[in-house]
Amino acid sequence: MTGAQALIQSLLCEQVDHIFGYAGATICPAVDALKEHPEIGYTLVRTEQNAGHMASGYARISGKVGVCMVTSGPGATNLITGIATAFMDSIPMVAITGQVPSHLLGRDIFQEVDITGAVAPFSKHSYLVKDANDIPRVVKESFHIAATGRPGPVLIDVPIDVQNQELKRFEYPETVNIRGYKPSVKGNELQIKRVIEAISNAKQPLICAGGGVWLAGAQAELLELAERCAIPVVKTMMGISLMPTDHPLNMGMIGAHGNACANKALVKSDLLIMVGARAADRAIINPAEIQRRMPMIHIDVDPAEIGKNMQAQIPLVGNVKVILRQMLDKDPPVADSAEWLDFLGDYRRAELNRQFPRREGYVFPGTVLRRLGRKLDEDAIVSVDVGQNQIFTCKYLPQKHGRLLTSGGLGTMGYALPAAIGAKVAAPDKQNIVVCGDGSFQMDMNELAAVRHAGMDIKIVLFRNRVLGLVNQIQRAAPYHGPFGVDLDGSPDFAAIAAAYGIPSLTADDEDSLDGVLDQFLAHEGSCLLICEVHPDVNTTD
Amino acid sequence: MKQTISVLVENRAGVLNRITNLFSRRAFNIESLAVGTTDDPTISRITIIVDSGNSVVEQVEKQLNKLVDVIKVRTLDENSLIGRELVLIKVNATPKTRQDIMTICELMGARVADISPTSLTLELSDTPDRIEVFEDMLRPFSIKALARTGVIALQKGSGNI
Repeated sequence: MTGAQALIQSLLCEQVDHIFGYAGATICPAVDALKEHPEIGYTLVRTEQNAGHMASGYARISGKVGVCMVTSGPGATNLITGIATAFMDSIPMVAITGQVPSHLLGRDIFQEVDITGAVAPFSKHSYLVKDANDIPRVVKESFHIAATGRPGPVLIDVPIDVQNQELKRFEYPETVNIRGYKPSVKGNELQIKRVIEAISNAKQPLICAGGGVWLAGAQAELLELAERCAIPVVKTMMGISLMPTDHPLNMGMIGAHGNACANKALVKSDLLIMVGARAADRAIINPAEIQRRMPMIHIDVDPAEIGKNMQAQIPLVGNVKVILRQMLDKDPPVADSAEWLDFLGDYRRAELNRQFPRREGYVFPGTVLRRLGRKLDEDAIVSVDVGQNQIFTCKYLPQKHGRLLTSGGLGTMGYALPAAIGAKVAAPDKQNIVVCGDGSFQMDMNELAAVRHAGMDIKIVLFRNRVLGLVNQIQRAAPYHGPFGVDLDGSPDFAAIAAAYGIPSLTADDEDSLDGVLDQFLAHEGSCLLICEVHPDVNTTD
Repeated sequence: MKQTISVLVENRAGVLNRITNLFSRRAFNIESLAVGTTDDPTISRITIIVDSGNSVVEQVEKQLNKLVDVIKVRTLDENSLIGRELVLIKVNATPKTRQDIMTICELMGARVADISPTSLTLELSDTPDRIEVFEDMLRPFSIKALARTGVIALQKGSGNI
């Protein structure tokens, strides 16, 4: 058995059923070995970055580790943004890169790049395999590291000669033992007692839930805790779809671009319980101020997150699902929060019923999203890009029991379509929606080829305002001197682009007929593009 | 405040790179760094001296712990550690000045590592403070070259990381 065969065999041992990749000279042995295993699906991306995003979308929906595989040099460097995006959102991923022959490493030969060095700051771990006999152990460790503790991307760089090397024998290890890697799982019992006590003393407690809840699969525990203790919940962008919008305890998304009600709740609460959220700048603009106002309980699997952006009175390190279960087993008290809930409920209702502006010949994104969300399946998967489209979607798309996927940490434009493709591979039967702008769509529209090739049903909502909206919005405010370099002049006819990939399109430019268009869009069998005409002056605060 | 961080790591290629990366990303300066294998040849000990506040060092300690190749991290306070550094100093020495230099060496417990008609190369293993005193004493004789290893440290008493 060769190293390449051992690599694919090891992936099979990890129950890998799909790889997103782009072949090239130095990864050919592995691709050749893959050919023998039709049980592993393969998607050829149109640029390597999207292999990372597809693996990310796949991982987030399947709950498994996403796998992408590209060649050395430019293949590897193109993948970097995909890896960094996954790292910032803690997505479990294994990225495999081909590499030039090991005896030529460091000679700057054709398509050589030090990829393990390049990704060190934003990968959870990486391996440069020097001996094919190490491959089973390296793959086993990589999947373990990627999926446990705080998940993240792991890179395996395999020189072509190692892929061609004969193994002495193939034996896949059953267990992993890495002495420097022992993530905590259970929460400290004493700390949990302190948390319970703090809840029983609070009048205005608040849970702030983030992407860590999804990563731990702790949605049910979160809901149970909130409901049993009568504690309202706000979310970060990564936790947005944890609760349906109409849940009485759901107070929306916090942050600079969040819901007013959520931000109100944050500053007024007298006990903040952070669950799998890291209090980064976009979510909590002024951590020092929040810290001064109220005690904070911080539940996170990564001890380094505690005290990084905000000091916690009660830190609780471990798997969020396990810790919430530990708390629930202690029979936590019902908080005396009736007044608090009334107070917030008024704000929430006002916000949900907020009137959006109307303009002749255009549709307003908030209006489109509010109406679209109501029409979606209970468990629809919505992937949203970066820019105004992201802010509008996170603020106004009604959530049911589905998922919202976005690049929350790195804010990578062009994430939505590839992530949706990955999600479609993981869940072919679920309704799959992309929301993007005309800027971000032009960063990933080449992946319509993957959609077409697989005959996927992905519905793409494109907000066309002919400008990089969020940058435009920033540039129109002080200290800048007006927009520059944000007009998307020269953009193609998107309907024609879609048609070239065999995908039909619809246009929405009138709010009176919008419902009919949305119905037609969603009822279409197969992929469809909905071009929404948005006025270039629209702000996310409108 | 100067703090000593002792890190046990897997003795593998690329590990030092990961560690220094972590420091450079947080833009703080390493005052000294010393690496060597331990009694277990698969483990290296890295001793890092930084001049930073407690909260910064605590965050670095946590980030170091996140690295898969890092086995153990401990920040040692000045009172609980034995820290030593080796210095080599090449100083101008003529028959006229040689005896004065030797007197300083004797007082400081330094040794002569090399001698030439015009120079002396001296070695001293001691605490950083005393090494600085030694350097100051030799400066009037004109130092031609100087190399320091950076501090290595172990915990006092029977405890160890």
